[in-house]
Amino acid sequence: MINLAKSTERDKTPYLLTGPGVVFFATLLGAPMLMTLLLSLHSYDFTSGIQSDWTLANYIDVLGDSYFHKIFARTFGLALLVTIICVLIGVPEAYVLSRLSKKWRSIFLLVVLGPLLISVVVRTLGWALFFGGNGILSMTAQALGFGDAPVSLMFTFTGMTIALVHVLVPFMVISVWASLQKIDPQSEYAGLSLGASNFTVLRRITLPQIMPGILSGSIIVFALTASAFATPAIIGGRRMKVVATAAYDEYLSTLNWPLGATLAILLLLANIIIIVSYNKLIERRFAKIFE
Amino acid sequence: MSFLIFESLKKTFGDFVAVNDMTLSVERGEFISLLGPSGCGKTTTLQMIAGLLPPTSGKIILDGKDITNTPPNKRGLGIVFQTYALFPHMTANENVAFGLEMRGVGKVERLERARSALDQVKLGQFAHRYPKDMSGGQRQRVALARALVIEPPVLLLDEPLSNLDAKLREEMRIELRLLQQDIGVTTILVTHDQEEALSMSDRIVVMKQGDISQIAAPLELYESPTNTFVSNFVGKTNLIQGKVAGNNEVMVDENLINVDTQAHSQGCDVTLSIRPEKFKMSNDRAGHEVRIDAAIFLGSSWLYRVSGSMGELFVSQPNIGSAGYAKGNIAWLSWPDDALTVFGESE
Repeated sequence: MINLAKSTERDKTPYLLTGPGVVFFATLLGAPMLMTLLLSLHSYDFTSGIQSDWTLANYIDVLGDSYFHKIFARTFGLALLVTIICVLIGVPEAYVLSRLSKKWRSIFLLVVLGPLLISVVVRTLGWALFFGGNGILSMTAQALGFGDAPVSLMFTFTGMTIALVHVLVPFMVISVWASLQKIDPQSEYAGLSLGASNFTVLRRITLPQIMPGILSGSIIVFALTASAFATPAIIGGRRMKVVATAAYDEYLSTLNWPLGATLAILLLLANIIIIVSYNKLIERRFAKIFE
Repeated sequence: MSFLIFESLKKTFGDFVAVNDMTLSVERGEFISLLGPSGCGKTTTLQMIAGLLPPTSGKIILDGKDITNTPPNKRGLGIVFQTYALFPHMTANENVAFGLEMRGVGKVERLERARSALDQVKLGQFAHRYPKDMSGGQRQRVALARALVIEPPVLLLDEPLSNLDAKLREEMRIELRLLQQDIGVTTILVTHDQEEALSMSDRIVVMKQGDISQIAAPLELYESPTNTFVSNFVGKTNLIQGKVAGNNEVMVDENLINVDTQAHSQGCDVTLSIRPEKFKMSNDRAGHEVRIDAAIFLGSSWLYRVSGSMGELFVSQPNIGSAGYAKGNIAWLSWPDDALTVFGESE
């Protein structure tokens, strides 16, 4: 009996310990999310504002409107493209970093992580100056004779992609770097001693071992791109809307809050579905191999 | 001509000399141990043989061919690393088959040969397990099978047993030695464990700070070390300071000890070495009188720490089923004259 009493007492401890965190997130994250969800279930009238009815009309509108289809397709297309480019840049970068001598490694690690120290708005405004019609990029292109008219990457998909890759590559580098640290360098020597070339060792021994890092880095980059706001707002502007900027416009320009809320909820759902199923896939593939 | 030859092999890192002018000949099928404390250059030597570290100067000749500048993936040597270095994303069978795949062996044949290599190390039924699902001993044997399946001219073992628990380590010593003799592969073992070197090798190379201290077969190394470092590092020993007092006599404190002093002239400072198990301890009041300071029962033997006019000594006596000498008692030590070795260096 004494044991039983003790064990129930102990069972409370985890709840008590996590309590403050749960309360914190419930009030500051859960409540606004719930309110957004409830808001999305009201209809909106341009003359009398938000109605007190309950309806799925907003969802039916968004899911049936080719204008929004395009915005969603653009958002996830952008996320996919940025993720792929971040893999192509970030993985070699992390690998080269891990091969540098200690001194150079810390210098270059600082260079790689440097962008994270600057506000995303400031960084993006920098890109805007660079991309603009009379920016450095345009002037250089004209000077080199690539065209007479000013070229601008402002308000283009390409411009958004470049700026977002710049912002998000450090996350890929950190993630891959972490899994490179876990590799036993002797396993690469073992590959060499068994007759594999340096390239084969990289492809057959090193790369498979850092796959978990690449995949988790991809999740981070994908999720951050899909929900990115500042960079698409500044570089993409009104012409290249993504879901986040579209929701912002519904809230602040059209004042159709319920529709904006609907977009926000749909973006969240899509993100959750993609990431959770991707994570499942990774776990199934790698859980049996890595400790 | 010997099978594997190191010619004045040298490796320096800046001012630090890791391996100094090492010259050694290894015969085909021989089991050689490089034995020494950490930092003695034994691992550096192994890495130079493997091709993972370029020597500063000197040559490595394998089967008549100079391989000093051959890259590691062209040397074809089998290596078992200290951490085993298995590929975590491959099963035991795939790990073992990797070297064969690199040699262009077809899929069916290489899986078959990998399987029989695993059978050879008694791991046939674990062929489809991943490394993380295996114990340390099993991983170690997969690493061994992976190194042997490519039929290497030389097998390099880098402290392969140091991560195993004591009992398994002793079993693996025997198994590894039998397997090596069975296959007849030339083997170089790097270890800091003198028991491991003594129990497995044909010859032992004792290294100290980059230099070879002594090369000898295990029994010879144990019975007739040529310097105090070897006598102290290989097995336990008592080192006693003395002065040559006359023909075949050494004075230690007030004791005159009979020992062969041929190589040393009268008046020289010398160090005597005698192993703990060479003493005979008795109550018969003859010989060197000592007091028992500590008595430790080790199962198969008793270890005593005693003190007398020759200083502090360690004495080991076999357990013959009766109680040993108790702490604080007086006992007498005797020893055959040839149990003592004399070194000119005084430590």
